[in-house]
Amino acid sequence: MRLELDLSPSPGKVLLAYAFFLLLALLALGALFLAYGVAPLRAYGLLLSPLADPLGLAEVARRAVPLLLIGAGLALAFRVGFFNIGAEGQLLLGAVGAAYAALFLPPGPWTPVLMFLLGGGLGALWAGLAAWLRVRFGASEILTTLMQNYLASSLVVYLVAGPWKGQMALGFLYTDRFPPEAQLPRLGETLVPWPTLLLGVAAACLLQLLLSRTPLGFAWRVLGENPQAARYLGLKEGRLLLLAALTSGLLSGFAGVGEVAGIHLRLLEPAQISLGYGFTAILAAWLARGRPLGVLLTAPLLGLILAGADALKLALSMPFRVVDVVSGLLLLALIGAEAVSRHRILWRR
Amino acid sequence: MLRLENVTKRFGPVVANRGISLEVRGGEVVALLGENGAGKTTLVSLLYGLYAPDEGRIFLEGKEVRIPSPRAAQRLGIALVPQHPELIEAHTVAENLALGLDLPPVFSRRALVARLEGLLAGHPLGVDLEAPVHRLSAGEKQRVELLRALLARPKVLVLDEPTSVLTPKEVEGLFQEIRRLRSSGLAVLFISHKLDEVLAIADRIVVLRAGEQMGELRREEAGKDALVRLMVGRSPAPPPKAAPPGEAVVLEVEDLMVPRHGFPVQGVSFALRAGEVLGIAGVAGSGQRELLEALAGLRPYRGRVRFLGRPLPEEPARLYALGVAHVPEERAMGVVGGMSVAENLALRTYPRYARRGLLDYGAMERDAEALIARYRIQAPTPRTPVRALSGGNVQKVILARELREGPKLVLAMHPTYGVDVGAAEEVHARLLDLAREGAAILLVSEDLDEILALAHRVAALHRGRLVGPIPREAASRECLGRMMAEGRA
Repeated sequence: MRLELDLSPSPGKVLLAYAFFLLLALLALGALFLAYGVAPLRAYGLLLSPLADPLGLAEVARRAVPLLLIGAGLALAFRVGFFNIGAEGQLLLGAVGAAYAALFLPPGPWTPVLMFLLGGGLGALWAGLAAWLRVRFGASEILTTLMQNYLASSLVVYLVAGPWKGQMALGFLYTDRFPPEAQLPRLGETLVPWPTLLLGVAAACLLQLLLSRTPLGFAWRVLGENPQAARYLGLKEGRLLLLAALTSGLLSGFAGVGEVAGIHLRLLEPAQISLGYGFTAILAAWLARGRPLGVLLTAPLLGLILAGADALKLALSMPFRVVDVVSGLLLLALIGAEAVSRHRILWRR
Repeated sequence: MLRLENVTKRFGPVVANRGISLEVRGGEVVALLGENGAGKTTLVSLLYGLYAPDEGRIFLEGKEVRIPSPRAAQRLGIALVPQHPELIEAHTVAENLALGLDLPPVFSRRALVARLEGLLAGHPLGVDLEAPVHRLSAGEKQRVELLRALLARPKVLVLDEPTSVLTPKEVEGLFQEIRRLRSSGLAVLFISHKLDEVLAIADRIVVLRAGEQMGELRREEAGKDALVRLMVGRSPAPPPKAAPPGEAVVLEVEDLMVPRHGFPVQGVSFALRAGEVLGIAGVAGSGQRELLEALAGLRPYRGRVRFLGRPLPEEPARLYALGVAHVPEERAMGVVGGMSVAENLALRTYPRYARRGLLDYGAMERDAEALIARYRIQAPTPRTPVRALSGGNVQKVILARELREGPKLVLAMHPTYGVDVGAAEEVHARLLDLAREGAAILLVSEDLDEILALAHRVAALHRGRLVGPIPREAASRECLGRMMAEGRA
């Protein structure tokens, strides 16, 4: 048996690969549910339950929004060859920026704009730092951005436990509630802030257009696919990398703004601000095969998995460790299906 | 010893080998002659277990065999000397040779050397077993590959274009070794696209064209013209004649130094006039690449370089804008595989297609179609990714892009490497056209015939120093070979 790269798999094959791997994951989950004493069919139903009612759909959307924003940026960064593993940290810095604008700058109608400027700016700065280190010293951005996640996380813990700790927080680690001017509007009764949803959709479309139709995108694609050719042509490699990194960091920062100003309404512990969106979004970008527009599809899909697992937790009072196994297995199945559909399997020796 | 019967291999719709039947007996050298893309490498891959044939049978010593992997090929007694030495540069010769042996988990260096010397008794070594491979010349590396192949005590030895990295003198040494092996009863299959070599070494010659076997000749009955007709399907055009060069100096290089590993390029000086073709030969790795890349703005250098009387900028994009074209040594550097033919043809000029910020792909593809037709690039549509093209067509894409604006200076390295004879003739004609229009052409090539056919003056790089240039009329193949190998005319 041999594997061969298949660069343009047929839709039928892709469908088959996904069906096969999802089936595999569901079988494994069935065993898990049985061991836990839950009828598998009921659990499967619960996993899909968010699709059944508007409130559930809103839960899916709530998780899809940060994935969309970050994923679109990451799809761009990956295409340019900037392997940004630090979206989680950039998101947290975006949250810090938003919190500063909300809590310490005079409130007014301009507050949301300030939050996005400051939050996005900090996120971009955080990613830009890694790009600069790579361009200037050749430091691998995979390592630097990964480490920056810990720095950002520690910064947030320090702020909510120390200087920014709320007056009314008592023993809890969070800031005061944001003033009304700093609260982003939501869609109806849901927890979906529509400004970030809109930004996410716009970002995915815009980045796709930029990448496939503009001179800048042309240079980006050359650099990402063949850095040697970029050097040969004399493209400004450093500038192109930096620009892609800044864009990706900016969007991750926006996602952070949306989480604290649209949902939590205060800065709190890192693990509560983000459910690992910065990492799950890597998957969203990869499943979209580096096409920002494709993230419009993959982000809601991953959102559904996260929301379905949450529904399971609530309905069956399952511990989150078990629920994490559920979402983890499903994500793994997606990775497997995507990897297999990108290859041709030759059975002949 | 080795017999192929009606062997066919397809890749999708492309038939790489169609009904090939040939036989190599012990104590015989059979040459497989064909242009690039004729299917020689595919046939080697079939013999070495990299692909399985779709049809046909392979016999070894009268028994039908299946060769599922290189390992199996070695076990059956088929050894391959690859076109480019595939050695681990940081390791010693002995360690590289040890890779093909079954060794105990722990062994001493001395025991290894002793064992190798025992195994290779009867073969002249020609290299120091303790020397690290990166210090060896290309010829010595090939020698190591040959020794590695012989370690397995093969019955059939396959040599895939073994002379492409050797000097003429090294080629002679290799041929002597092949004759010695032949007399010891080995069956040798010699793959090449060079007529002279095939005529010098082979007992029988099998010619391939476009995957099909065009004929088989005994050496005594084979003439050059007949072979070329079989290879190309028509008589070769006489090499085009270059027009005499003009007076204006286009490129002036004085005391150029380029740092690098091995032999730095040092003290290279020459002047290149409008309409002149200067050919630079050299054994691979003598500094050709560094010289060309320095001039193309890809490497820092010291020394004085003037282009049309002004200092040469060191930025590739500005150089192109000034009229300096660069055909890089490696095709992989000159194209982006996942992007379309049209996009690759526009790699230099893409910003011009911007209309209100967006690229006008319609215009880009129309221009591409014109170039595709002019250079006879075989691509289904301008949107086909370059990755899907054959090596020769990729090379044509690079040439079409670099020459499309009528450059004033062409820096070309191996411009016809891997291109079939027909296309190579077109490339040569195009380069000479440019020279006639007043462009200066710096041609770096390993193909001495190419240099001798095109250049007004010839030179060679020897360990980073330039030997020559001397007028073409004063240079012969032998003389150029000496310049490459010994650094003197």
